[in-house]
Amino acid sequence: MKQLIKSTVSAIALAATVGTGVAAQDSMPSKEEMWKMLLAQQEQIKSLKAQVEALSMEGVPVAQADREKLNELSVQVASNTEAVEATTAAVETAMSGETGAAGWAANTSIGGYGELHYNGGDADEIDFHRFVLFANHRFNDWISFASELELEHSLAGDGKPGEVELEQAFIDLNLTEGLGLKFGEHDSHTFRAGLFLLPVGILNDTHEPNTFYGVERNNVEKNIIPTTWWEGGFGMRGQLTQGLSYDLYYTSGLSVPTDGSKAFNIRSGRKKVAEAPAENGAITARLKWTAIPGVELAATFQHQSDLTQGAMDADANLIEAHANIQKSGFGLRALYARWNIDNAQAEAIGRDKQIGWYVEPSYRFALSSDLGEFGLFARHEEWDTEAGLNLDSNNKTTTFGFNYWPHENVVFKFDYQSQQLGFGADGDDRINLGVGYQF
Amino acid sequence: MVFSPDKNKLTLWLRSFLMRGRCSAFMALTILLSSAAVAGNNSSPNTLVAPQAFVANAFGGETPKPKVLWLKPALQDNIAKIMDHKLPALRLRYWQEADRTAWILEEIGKEEPITAGFVVEGEKLLEANVLIYRESRGWEVKYPAFRNQFAGAMLEDDQSLSTNIDGISGATLSVNAMKRMARLALFLHDHVLSKGRKS
Repeated sequence: MKQLIKSTVSAIALAATVGTGVAAQDSMPSKEEMWKMLLAQQEQIKSLKAQVEALSMEGVPVAQADREKLNELSVQVASNTEAVEATTAAVETAMSGETGAAGWAANTSIGGYGELHYNGGDADEIDFHRFVLFANHRFNDWISFASELELEHSLAGDGKPGEVELEQAFIDLNLTEGLGLKFGEHDSHTFRAGLFLLPVGILNDTHEPNTFYGVERNNVEKNIIPTTWWEGGFGMRGQLTQGLSYDLYYTSGLSVPTDGSKAFNIRSGRKKVAEAPAENGAITARLKWTAIPGVELAATFQHQSDLTQGAMDADANLIEAHANIQKSGFGLRALYARWNIDNAQAEAIGRDKQIGWYVEPSYRFALSSDLGEFGLFARHEEWDTEAGLNLDSNNKTTTFGFNYWPHENVVFKFDYQSQQLGFGADGDDRINLGVGYQF
Repeated sequence: MVFSPDKNKLTLWLRSFLMRGRCSAFMALTILLSSAAVAGNNSSPNTLVAPQAFVANAFGGETPKPKVLWLKPALQDNIAKIMDHKLPALRLRYWQEADRTAWILEEIGKEEPITAGFVVEGEKLLEANVLIYRESRGWEVKYPAFRNQFAGAMLEDDQSLSTNIDGISGATLSVNAMKRMARLALFLHDHVLSKGRKS
């Protein structure tokens, strides 16, 4: 029995040595080594405690010196348990990156998305259409920065097809978090300033390739809204109550050409906040209702006092409304957008009214947990950038195809589109293939 | 700033708003909102339910002593199959009374971690709560309309949820984070209970 007591005492002493040894080392052990030591020490402590308790319970005669030694070591075991606790906490803190130099990293996140497209038909080309990186940083509980940098068409520079674009770079001040700005139980309000995406349409806000059907973005949001659309400015956003949110911004505006084939072409008016004219800004307001999971109903209104930035006098209003529903695999997207431009020259060429709409039913289902999910869709869209003429200027595209998600953030796409352009022009009937990701 | 005085189609209020100083109108709005702000609310709006309150509620008001689950390598491997990554911790605290367990988990949505609490009894999720929400989008995951979808969900053999969870447009990553955490809570519940039965 004395031998058992001695071995117990020795083992406890060893456990104590391990505990203090770890702290004494100049260089930190690896996570794996630390993990093994912690596990071993915990097990030893547990076992030795049990042995000490068993000896006491059984009334084994123990010499006074050994008893004192045992008491002393019991205290040491308790101390070591605290040391293990502290060491574990320190390792976990280091793992989570919340301390020291790593603290900056813990407040910074990166992300991104990208998509490679093959377009058949007249285009017959392959293009890494978008490569995007996000970099975001949280300064404190209520001030944060977000950015999005994009390389379009893979290669940028003089005479090259692509562009490097800063699509977002803004500061958010969460006034509810920082200043307690709150009027009711469920409202919150954030002040935003910088360069940001305008709250209009479905794709302008959320356009990561795994979040929508079809290889290419639809023509209505591309030509009427015009997605992807960002401006520089400031404003407020937040929640009014459960499931009802708002956005209200004052930003730079479009600057459309006033002559040539692109006169009053909305998409050509994007200046991308690159030394852009700031004579006439725009006000954009959106209300979004999402009180039922899987259902989004939203409407946006934008007014710009002069779409030509002083070249002419052309005040303009955009209205847009959409439904985006995804319930139990069944999906439906429907969107309507319309510009009214108050200018005689725009009226003369029919571009005082520019209208588009589309409807897109879909069905998505799981193949298995290993194989991922599959979705089928069809989309019919009509858009007319010269609707003021009341002539045959309407463009139509019908698309159907599928998405396959091997992982929720990775998608492979196939679709076939049939196109009928205005004034009897040939459309581009073609297949499209794509692969995309988000992280 | 150039404005044409002969425009007449724009509504009067909007033109007035534009012509009299758009910037000042916005600043006024901001100041108005800010002035109403100081309502003496010192609690963090991001914290929806204090973790202690969540645990107490999960067990009828009395908080059991927390237990510790060591995240051994084999367990971390299984966790990674659900979460797509191992948990950045060596152990996880949880609370148990009979066959009811409560878990507080954290997962990044799009940019920020979402702290969520899950209560499991038998093999079913009793409730899912968002305790702290920090993302700037996808607020809807906080509300009962979304969270209540998890009640009654079980873990299938392939570790998917037995019930469909409708998402939120524009907040796919937050929704997916909540679904992964719900699956993990069910998995860990089964792990600690089956471990208890064996010992």
